[in-house]
Amino acid sequence: MTIQTIEHQHSADATDIFGFWIYILSDCILFACLFAVFAVLHTNTFGGIGMKQITELPYIFIETMVLLISSFTYGLSILALYNGQKNRVLAWLMVTFLFGLMFVIMEVNKFIHLYLEGHSWQSSAALSAFFTLVGTHGLHVSFGLLWMLVLMFQIQKYGLTSFMNRRITYLGLFWAFLDIVWIFVFTVVYLMGVI
Amino acid sequence: MLEKILLGKLTLSAIPYHNPIVMGAAAFMGLAAVTVIGSLFYFKKWKWLWNEWLTTVDHKKIGIMYIILAFIMLLRGFSDAIMMRLQQALAVSPSMGYLPPDHYNQVFTAHGVIMIFFMAMPFMFGLMNLAVPLQIGARDVAFPYLNSLSLWLTIVGAALINLSLIVGDFAKTGWLAYPPLSELAYSPDVGVDYYIWALQISGIGSLLSGINFFVTILKMRCPGMNLMRMPIFSWTALCTMILVILAFPVLTVTLGLLFLDRYFGMHFFTVDFGGNAMLYVNMIWIWGHPEVYILILPAFGVFSEVVATFSKKPLFGYTTMVWATVVITILSFIVWLHHFFTMGAGANVNAFFGIATMIIAIPTGVKVFNWLFTMYRGKISLTTPMLWTIGFITTFTIGGMSGVLMSVPAVDFQLHNSLFLVAHFHNVIIGGVVFGYLAGFTYWFPKAFGFKLNETLGKCAFWCWLIGFYVAFMPLYVLGLMGMTRRLNHYAAATGWHPYLVVAAIGSAIIACGILFQFLQLIVSIKNRNNPAYKDTTGDPWDGRTLEWSIPSPAPFYNFAVIPIVEGRDAFWATKQNNQTPKTKPNYKDFHMPKNTSVGFILAMISGALGFGFVWHITWLILASFIAIIVCVIARTYNQQIDYYVKANEVEQYEAQFLNRATS
Amino acid sequence: MSEHLEFDSRSQKTFKSYVTGFILSIILTVLAFVLVKQRFLSDSLLYFSLALLAIMQLIVQSICFLRLNSGVEGRWSLMPFLFAIFVIVILVGGSLWIMYNLNYNMMH
Repeated sequence: MTIQTIEHQHSADATDIFGFWIYILSDCILFACLFAVFAVLHTNTFGGIGMKQITELPYIFIETMVLLISSFTYGLSILALYNGQKNRVLAWLMVTFLFGLMFVIMEVNKFIHLYLEGHSWQSSAALSAFFTLVGTHGLHVSFGLLWMLVLMFQIQKYGLTSFMNRRITYLGLFWAFLDIVWIFVFTVVYLMGVI
Repeated sequence: MLEKILLGKLTLSAIPYHNPIVMGAAAFMGLAAVTVIGSLFYFKKWKWLWNEWLTTVDHKKIGIMYIILAFIMLLRGFSDAIMMRLQQALAVSPSMGYLPPDHYNQVFTAHGVIMIFFMAMPFMFGLMNLAVPLQIGARDVAFPYLNSLSLWLTIVGAALINLSLIVGDFAKTGWLAYPPLSELAYSPDVGVDYYIWALQISGIGSLLSGINFFVTILKMRCPGMNLMRMPIFSWTALCTMILVILAFPVLTVTLGLLFLDRYFGMHFFTVDFGGNAMLYVNMIWIWGHPEVYILILPAFGVFSEVVATFSKKPLFGYTTMVWATVVITILSFIVWLHHFFTMGAGANVNAFFGIATMIIAIPTGVKVFNWLFTMYRGKISLTTPMLWTIGFITTFTIGGMSGVLMSVPAVDFQLHNSLFLVAHFHNVIIGGVVFGYLAGFTYWFPKAFGFKLNETLGKCAFWCWLIGFYVAFMPLYVLGLMGMTRRLNHYAAATGWHPYLVVAAIGSAIIACGILFQFLQLIVSIKNRNNPAYKDTTGDPWDGRTLEWSIPSPAPFYNFAVIPIVEGRDAFWATKQNNQTPKTKPNYKDFHMPKNTSVGFILAMISGALGFGFVWHITWLILASFIAIIVCVIARTYNQQIDYYVKANEVEQYEAQFLNRATS
Repeated sequence: MSEHLEFDSRSQKTFKSYVTGFILSIILTVLAFVLVKQRFLSDSLLYFSLALLAIMQLIVQSICFLRLNSGVEGRWSLMPFLFAIFVIVILVGGSLWIMYNLNYNMMH
């Protein structure tokens, strides 16, 4: 590759990553709306259960730690990327994936339990808001996991090309963003919910 | 049983055989479709259509397709308008008019939805696609594949709306579909679902375009063009995209929650189980207010360009124009409650938002004065775009003033949801948005197609629109003050409203003539496109000031053979003034261009199927489409050959061709 | 050879950043959970503290994980981020203010 194409690729990468960042900001607005709706509706329990009864703090604490660890391990994957170590990248991505999967399983498990106990998103406005806000975050994490899988296959196939570098960066931004949203989920929905 | 699994709620009775108006419209649409498809077969143009248009990522072609969509949907939205005016002119007691209330409700809902989402928004994105990359000296937008995807998602949204005419109903709720009326309990038919999915699908398209143009303008300007040297239309485009990025997620969430209520039995906005319909109104207007600024800011940008070009003067007060635009962008997020003063938030809340609304009028006033000062002592040529601009300045000002009147909550309590409100927003939308986009269309048409539009017919169209607008909407101000509410299907003779509504109907007929003149203008101009009086041989038909006029018309696929280096505002004007025609051959370099791709088109089609599946509760279709979308997206990521190189000598050849054409 | 060194120093800085972010986030999270479990603050003070802790963790993760900074390149990312935060505050705060007033006036 000539210097021109390398330079060009670098500035094109910066533009693409900037574009992805702007998408993340629009996703922040999306979550902000869901938070606003939750904040307004969370006391409208229509005589049914509310956040106080739903929340098991130890369980949520574990979920939080799991997601936080996965954020850190993704960072380790990025470091391996800087050092051009393909197998390390894949290994840390795998660890991240497993922690992320644990998070989703824990959350789905909670949802199923609630449903089986007769508390569904149809029971009240408060529960609709709860399931939607937390569920949307969980859906985002699930998409992230699918993306991670595809990325791992592609890295295995293509190696650490500039294409792959860019995509690993995108997913890194996405994954960090999801952890940030979770900060507000566990604070506003669960911690403030039991006060 | 099998039918239910296969077709969900869809049955043959979804087609309204007994409704002559709908069947007539369906027949007309069918005829148009058959003509188009038939011509494609007859002239053997399928391959051309696929290669040149359906899979293109060229922003200029995408822009043209957006504008074609806008014009087609203008016809449909305007037919709705004519139907409404006719109904209201006829339905004075004891007559009930010709449109039953059920149908009438769908007409006014469709009118609003189509005009805003499928006429004004596409027109806006079309003009931006055409002009912005050319203005900033770029070869394409930042994300060409997403650009194509945005276009096709919008088209699919429009297709769903048109489908709702024939298969099932449309929403009967008004263009914002307030609950509880839009909830399943009160709108059990599929109309609101069509509404939701048409808007969700095209909404994603809009959001992606927002990101695309925001990044393009910030990151792909040519060397030397810092932000304060950028043409004003690009500035307004930038601010508009900021609004799109921040506002459209709110629409997605709000409609999403309505969908969850209807489809999964949730209770966000229901009347019971703790739902709060007022929350919907709040959220939808958090989107809705920025939306109207999204529509008007690009129009302001067009006027700035037109007024400077046709006064042969630089825009007066460029810096204040930029600041006014930025201030409007920021303020547009703190006025939204003025759309529901009467919902009952109380005096303190109403006062805050009322004052904020008054404040936002100020930067707009700054802009109007700047336009006037640009014209002062300029060498004014009253071309069609200039006429639209002058028409806008007067008309929009009146509309703005009626808005400021209503920003006083106490006044709004009298006028909310009356025809005064309807007159106000049509005043600013037609006088501002429509006039602006039509001016932009006329102004940039030669750049897109290589020939000008017929001036005389353009002027006829303008005068019909202007006069028609006043005749149609001034009576509505009076009616509002007399107490007539909006969306009325019939009314008593004793109200005294009838004569005004007849005048309004005549006004709409005059506007119809305006639209007719516009189509005539297109036909005549296309017929005469090789006529020297129409043909644009130099690329600069208006003696323009900005970079888009420095390249041939129609613009080559790569836009600029050599990326220009800019040293000030109105860069092209400076070049012309200094007679800077290069004596030496330009230094052509290799550069890369994005390849065409079918993925945008295909993804959009699958999304359409997904939407249709949701509307009719066809579970297998929903699942299949969903999986297909994911598969397509993943498959696309395996494609690493997404662009190609144009060699320097190829560019040289293209440029030589243009020179030949220009001098021949 | 110099490229390798460059990578190393960038890696070092980034690694430090990640570890700092990780540890700080754990501390802030544990603190929040402990405050709620032990309840030695009044209710309104508790709400305030939780909000504060969340915002602090947002800042920590933005700087350490997202690597947002006010350097030349970082400014492009920082400006839109701040504007988005501005809009989010208005959207959420405004909605709460409006809905509270509507509920008070219209639902009693």
